[in-house]
Parts: sequence; C-alpha cells; structure tokens
Amino acid sequence: MTDTVHQQIDNLVHEQDIVLFMKGTPQFPQCGFSQRVAAMLEQQGISYAAVNVLLDPAIREGIKSYTDWPTIPQLYVKAEFVGGCDIITEMHESGELAELLAPFKK
Amino acid sequence: MATDITPDHLRKLVLAQLPDAQVNVGLFSGDDHFEMEVVWSGFSGKSRVAQHQIVYAALGDNMHQAVHALALKTRAE
Repeated sequence: MTDTVHQQIDNLVHEQDIVLFMKGTPQFPQCGFSQRVAAMLEQQGISYAAVNVLLDPAIREGIKSYTDWPTIPQLYVKAEFVGGCDIITEMHESGELAELLAPFKK
Repeated sequence: MATDITPDHLRKLVLAQLPDAQVNVGLFSGDDHFEMEVVWSGFSGKSRVAQHQIVYAALGDNMHQAVHALALKTRAE
C-alpha cells in the first residue's frame, strides 16, 4: 500500500521541475503555511505544479513518510525535497530561493 | 482544542536527544501553535532539511498529534 503511494508521489515529483504539495490550491489555499509558500513561489515568477493533498488522504499521509517530513507544505525541485514553510521562508529572505529557481523562470 | 503539550514539554523532548543544545520554545497562537529555535553544534555541516529532521525525530509522535503547527528555526551556532 505505502509502496504504491510512494511510487505515485515519485512519479509526481518527476513530472515537473517544481512541485508543491499543499493544502488547497494556489488560488484557494486551505492553510496559512501552504498559502505563504505558494505566495513566495508566485513572487519568483516561475510556473510550478501544485498537488492538493486534501483531495487524496493517501498522498496526504504518504508524502510524510516519502520524505520523512511530518508537515505540509513540501516543495520539490528536480525531484529533490527542498523544505517546508520555515525553510522556504528562510531561503526566500536570504535570496537562496531566487537563486535556486532562477533557471526555471518563464 | 485542549492539549497537554506545553512549550516546556517540547523543549525537554529535544534536550533529551540533544543534551547540549540551546532550545527556545514559545506559543504564537492558541495553545497548539508552537515556535521553536534550536541551536546545536551537531547541526554543523548538515543541510537545513537534515537539521529539521533531527528535531522532528526528537519530537516523535507529538508532531503528528498534539502539535498542530510548529515554526522551526535551526542553526549550528
């Protein structure tokens, strides 16, 4: 069961360069932390895929064991886990996020 | 929602795993939204993700139950 979900998540993070697992959607976020990360990505002027974990309880739980990370949102770049809200906020403030995402600007 | 977990409880959980760390914990909203700063020399050379994973591991199941939200900052010194 878990293996299937992990495989599904693995496919999702490889489908696009930048993938955000969040509660709700960028237009209608359902959680303040998800909203903050979506807003920071918007500011970077990049396009990304958003996965609404509230639509799929298996993904909502599976994403936590996939990365060994207990919280949502989770940002992936090139299939690599970058961080949750706190780390993305720090990287946004320090300029590291802009640097990381620069190659993916529209 | 009532919870038995206090900032001091979370602080002790981290210190049990990282005895020489400096740990500050507070509440930023309600009684289950915590903020925590952990300064530990053992974080040196580790990525932010790895540093946070060490703290989450110390908090164990509390991360999935009593703690609704945790704003976490970590650094080596």
